[in-house]
Amino acid sequence: MATRLNRLSRWHSVFKRGYSTSADEHKLQRSGKTVNLFTAINQALSLALETDPRAYVFGEDVRFGGVFRCTTGLADRFGKSRVFNTPLCEQGIVGFGIGLAAMGNRAIAEIQFADYIYPAFDQIVNEAAKFRYRSGNQFNCGGLTIRTPYGAVGHGGHYHSQSPEAFFCHVPGLKVVVPRSPHQAKGLLLACIRDPNPTIFLEPKWLYRLAAEEVPEHDYMLPLSQAEVIREGSDITLVGWGAQLSVMEQACVDAEKDGISCELIDLRTLIPWDKETVEASVKKTGRLLVSHEAPVTGGFGAEISASIAERCFLRLEAPVARICGLDTPFPLVFEPFYMPTKNKILDAIKATLNY
Amino acid sequence: MAVWFIRSVNIGHHLKEKLGLLGVLNNSLQHHYCRDPDAISSNSAYIFSIRRFESTKAQQQLHSMYEDDDQNQVLDFPGGRVMLTPEMGFISETPEQRVKCYRVLDDNGQPIMSSSFPEVNKELAIKMYRDMVTLQTMDTIFYEAQRQGRISFYATSTGEEAINIASATALTINDIVVPQYRESGVLLWRGFTMQEFANQCFGNKADNGKGRQMPIHYGSKKLNYFTVSSTIAEQLPQAVGVAYSLKMDRKDACVITYFGDGGTSEGDFHAALNFAAVLDAPVIFFCRNNGWAISTPTSEQFRSDGIVVKGQAYGIRSIRVDGNDALAVYNAVKEAREMAISEQRPILIEALTYRIGHHSTSDDSTKYRSANEIEHWRMVREPVTRFRKWVQWNGWWTEEDESELRSSVRKELLHAIQVAENVEKPPLADLFTDVYDHPPSNLYEQERSLRETIKRHPQDYPPNVPV
Repeated sequence: MATRLNRLSRWHSVFKRGYSTSADEHKLQRSGKTVNLFTAINQALSLALETDPRAYVFGEDVRFGGVFRCTTGLADRFGKSRVFNTPLCEQGIVGFGIGLAAMGNRAIAEIQFADYIYPAFDQIVNEAAKFRYRSGNQFNCGGLTIRTPYGAVGHGGHYHSQSPEAFFCHVPGLKVVVPRSPHQAKGLLLACIRDPNPTIFLEPKWLYRLAAEEVPEHDYMLPLSQAEVIREGSDITLVGWGAQLSVMEQACVDAEKDGISCELIDLRTLIPWDKETVEASVKKTGRLLVSHEAPVTGGFGAEISASIAERCFLRLEAPVARICGLDTPFPLVFEPFYMPTKNKILDAIKATLNY
Repeated sequence: MAVWFIRSVNIGHHLKEKLGLLGVLNNSLQHHYCRDPDAISSNSAYIFSIRRFESTKAQQQLHSMYEDDDQNQVLDFPGGRVMLTPEMGFISETPEQRVKCYRVLDDNGQPIMSSSFPEVNKELAIKMYRDMVTLQTMDTIFYEAQRQGRISFYATSTGEEAINIASATALTINDIVVPQYRESGVLLWRGFTMQEFANQCFGNKADNGKGRQMPIHYGSKKLNYFTVSSTIAEQLPQAVGVAYSLKMDRKDACVITYFGDGGTSEGDFHAALNFAAVLDAPVIFFCRNNGWAISTPTSEQFRSDGIVVKGQAYGIRSIRVDGNDALAVYNAVKEAREMAISEQRPILIEALTYRIGHHSTSDDSTKYRSANEIEHWRMVREPVTRFRKWVQWNGWWTEEDESELRSSVRKELLHAIQVAENVEKPPLADLFTDVYDHPPSNLYEQERSLRETIKRHPQDYPPNVPV
């Protein structure tokens, strides 16, 4: 319990500060009200519905506002035939969304928890991902966006904490996007909704209320398949996404006290991923550490590690480190032991430097 | 704890009237069960409970509550009001009678006396018949082509020509078709040419699917026919999404989606029907119950009375039709379309038929069913012959027409195959396009690398794919 409160307060202070950003996007920051993640997402959905009369938001319980309040007020504003509840059936939600998208609509489907996305796996992998290719580009379901809360929440256990991104990263034809903060979430979600490819948008549920940041009220998009260097450094490159970045940033701050200069990259889009940015960074630093909550074996860190080893082998000073979840189902009481914590990351940074 | 109320002091009188209402007020009461043989019908199992009272005081209290004795008492629960019943009864697992099957022509193509239906005119009937024969012939010739090794795979619709053509006839070109894979006749009706069918089967560069899928995986944006995929029943919830789009766009059109008896066991079938009902989607769910899912007969697929009864379970209006009666299928789909669009609701049609052909060229169905059974359906219950009899009976078709049609269709098909066989395959670049709207950088790299490999080892690659 004490650990949880410490974590809460630490994260809260991190998000009040906000993240550093690259110069190009800097002008978008620091304007607008301070809002949290679910409000930023709500703004994005509202803009999507406003700017395209053929956009729809649907899923379990979205009408009253959703279990995380991301869809609050949308049904009142846009009507219950555009923002509506579906029966409790993920394969139906995604299948229905594919059909809706195939007719040129923007189908924004919500899966209540990423832990429950698996009944829709067939529709996502066999249908959505292949819809354009198999039809010779006569048909496509690019208007489909599936949004779903993912990741540890402190007490979620097996079925309210999963990070299933790796399953989808293995499927050509899909895009997988993970925002780290409210400002990022609004821009990336709008980009996903308007991107002409089926996209899965994983929202770090831990940050729904906790993360607070200034978010411009206007309509803006952030680029997909473009990683962002959110902290510059010269000794080691760290790559992550979503909620894990704040943990990694803390490790970078602590490492700096020991004279280690860390470069931190938010991948943002997992597939197709921005190899060029990561490669350029590793060519500079000579070291790479990847961190994610999902179990280490077969996690997306493995793809990044293998690709960078191929591209930067001669430049690497040490093996690529992966600090990830354990190869177990996500535990309840043992969550603090399971998670890739700041100190695990810090230890690995030092070990890599001392290799 | 279950509470049973007695309506009369005279237990014996009530047993005679087959009411078994009891009150249980305290633990000291004994009870036992007995069966009243008169009360039990052959299809139901009603059990009566009897209790012996040890006290009469409670009995009097109960009695006063029910003095006005309104038998039509109603209970309020989420989901609406229900009438209560003091009789415990289970709905039987089988209905007393199977749902009747709508047909209009008898086995000899003669209209059934009491049937009334809007008949199709001569022009329409002839087009229907010609397309049924074309489909039948196309299936025979393409099947042969596969046997000769000219195409890699084929699946016929033999026995289901009436379903294919008649259902297509009842729709307009604006109605969207979301098929399974045994509905190429619908595409034929809409205007897909022999050459286009052949091009897809050969996967040549004229194939609008760009050679990516197995034969018979047709699709046509122009003809509003979604591209076929091998997966079973995945198209059903998608069809609901398509229908919702038509609904929201206020189009004077509906969706029709096809599936077989086997497909109804998939989760997507249940998901789709439920969504369609809840969302008031204008979609016709058309089940081709042809008795077989590869080697699995319907007795191993479900225990319900076919598929039609499942409609009501989801709140969907349904009908069972004779799938080998072209006019019955035409009428049912016409009516379903009208209801789907004007009432904005889904409709379920179960068409009973028989899969005369094998599941596909990878199957030999004589391994699991008798050749006699197949022959019976091919000779006696065949839908094309039956419809021809009706058309001939009307004086609209002669033997000369028949032989002329069959030989010209055959010639056209053989020509189309020959042409398709000689068209080159799609270029290598089509391996990498359309994965996304634009190829991402990893695909550029992979194409580059592959081309280098091809230069080094050209013998590993088919020579008819232009690089």
